[in-house]
Amino acid sequence: MKILKSLMVTAAVSLALMANAAHAENKKIALVVKALGIGFFEAANKGAQEAAKELGNVEVIYTGPTTTTAEGQIEVINSLIAQKVDAIAVSANDTDALVPALKKAMDRGIKVISWDSGVAKDGRLMHLNPSSSPLIGNMIIKLAADNLPDGGDVAVLSATATSTNQNVWIEEMKKVQGNYKGINVVATVYGDDLADKSYRETQGLIQSYPNLKAIIAPTSVGIVAAAQAVTDAGKIGQINVTGLGLPSEMAGHVKSGASKSFAIWNPIDLGYSATMIANDLINGAEAKPGAELKMGRMGAVKLDDNNEGAMADPFVYDAKNVEEFAKIF
Amino acid sequence: MAKLLKNRELLLVGAILVLIALIAWRFPPFVAPANLARVYNDTSILIILALGQMAVILTRCIDLSMAANLALSGMVAAMLNAAFPGLPIPVIILSAMALGAILGMINGALVWKLDIPPIVVTLGTLTIYRGLIFLLTNGKWINAHQMSDAFKSFPRADLAGLPVLSWLSVVMVAVMFLVMSRTALGRAFFAVGGNPHAAVYTGIDVGRTRFFAYCLSGTLAGLSGYLWVSRYAVAYVDIAAGFELDIIAACVIGGISIAGGIGSVPGAVLGALFLGVIKNALPVINISPFAQMAISGMVIITAVAVNARAERRKGRVILKKAEAV
Repeated sequence: MKILKSLMVTAAVSLALMANAAHAENKKIALVVKALGIGFFEAANKGAQEAAKELGNVEVIYTGPTTTTAEGQIEVINSLIAQKVDAIAVSANDTDALVPALKKAMDRGIKVISWDSGVAKDGRLMHLNPSSSPLIGNMIIKLAADNLPDGGDVAVLSATATSTNQNVWIEEMKKVQGNYKGINVVATVYGDDLADKSYRETQGLIQSYPNLKAIIAPTSVGIVAAAQAVTDAGKIGQINVTGLGLPSEMAGHVKSGASKSFAIWNPIDLGYSATMIANDLINGAEAKPGAELKMGRMGAVKLDDNNEGAMADPFVYDAKNVEEFAKIF
Repeated sequence: MAKLLKNRELLLVGAILVLIALIAWRFPPFVAPANLARVYNDTSILIILALGQMAVILTRCIDLSMAANLALSGMVAAMLNAAFPGLPIPVIILSAMALGAILGMINGALVWKLDIPPIVVTLGTLTIYRGLIFLLTNGKWINAHQMSDAFKSFPRADLAGLPVLSWLSVVMVAVMFLVMSRTALGRAFFAVGGNPHAAVYTGIDVGRTRFFAYCLSGTLAGLSGYLWVSRYAVAYVDIAAGFELDIIAACVIGGISIAGGIGSVPGAVLGALFLGVIKNALPVINISPFAQMAISGMVIITAVAVNARAERRKGRVILKKAEAV
């Protein structure tokens, strides 16, 4: 009886030890995206998995809602808290709505960072911008201006009117507009990241502004829909569609001439960097203004007064390199 | 009763004309014939879907899974095309329709044999079908350059001045008009929705009729799947997300009673056109995107309010007739 008892105690203790050991070995970092099934985020996951492999003792949980809603993300975050992950790296559908859920996570010792699309300062330790918003704002209008030596009317086709990042980029774009002589931004319309609505809004732009020379769509659904609408309207060569898109999704439209060039940062690098930063925070690094956090092969990110940092410049894709990158993401 | 129904459709025609006139006042090029043809072409898919939804709603059911069915059938059509670029387009269309029909049959069978409320069944299959696309593709997109030129150009091909897409919707309207008015099945849809108990006494199998209504809506959703994917030249998990609500809204605006038994093919077509005109006008009349959503919502509620009143009045008319006899 005594032997049995001591055996059971030993077994229980060793089980607990093993559980602890396993926990210490595998740090769980959750990559929460706006919605599953979007090429951009699938590519970010690829980078996160690469970081996990490099670190060795990290397991990346790639998750997100099936539609781009804040409600869906809150559900996902609550379930991650229940799973006791070590860190959450989120690309938010809403700046403020996720804050209470993320605060709850931080109260339980989970390291929370946002990347790509940020959450308010209270809801995260730091935010990783794929690039800096001024750089992106400048890049999207530069892409349009580069193909318009004599200037002309350009219009913006955005995602929803409440999308955090699109609004910031457009604001930054308007700040530097004066540097591009003759470029006249005539309208900003919203396609809600739905193919049909974006297509219709593009047709509306073509009708309303007969002298339109370029459409800037800083969203991957919008740029594809706009390119198709321009193609269907027979306006290839007259209206250049540019903005932010994925090479695999835009390859056909670059080939047809509907889009001369577009830009995007490398989402693989972004997922990789977010995972590396989360790992750095789990290991005890502190996120405070001026701090530098390690991003593995991407170097380090320096945080500003809002605990935000920028990863790199956006990268331009055109007929010369789009085919090659289309194979990657 | 027939006169009243006719009046309601005339009312809707009037509303659409007033709407177009209002838009023309703000943006004259909207009424150019070429632009109106473009608006009709843009609304064609909604019309086809509204016809299917109409059959289902008539039988006192509802199909929330139509947009998900469209997305899944469309994705499969795009994948077929990407994998076998040589496959003739009619074969692809038929396979999309067949898949749509099967997905519709699943809805129908669950409603018929397991007697689960239709809203629950289709709410479930909605997420299942969307989930299936994800499982099928791992979230990858099928993009313009992966589709063959024939695949993309079929709905755009010009036939006597209108694109094939527009003609297809015209053909579907004609076919559905014949089905609803000239076939036993079409009449059974009305009977089952109007009074299911009485329908049983006339020898109509209520469950079976509903099953066929779902088959019909599924088949039309499958056809729309191909049309949608080739029109926008892209297929991904989220295509037509939330479109099921537009389809139902088109039916409701068109005077199809959510309580079943009341509705018509012209009503569904006009309801879809009404929405289509609004959707195409909002981008050109330059109003805030927030106001756009509010306007769409108000239109739907107004339509339902008008319909609810119309239905009440109709009840009285029938009683008066009975008294007269």
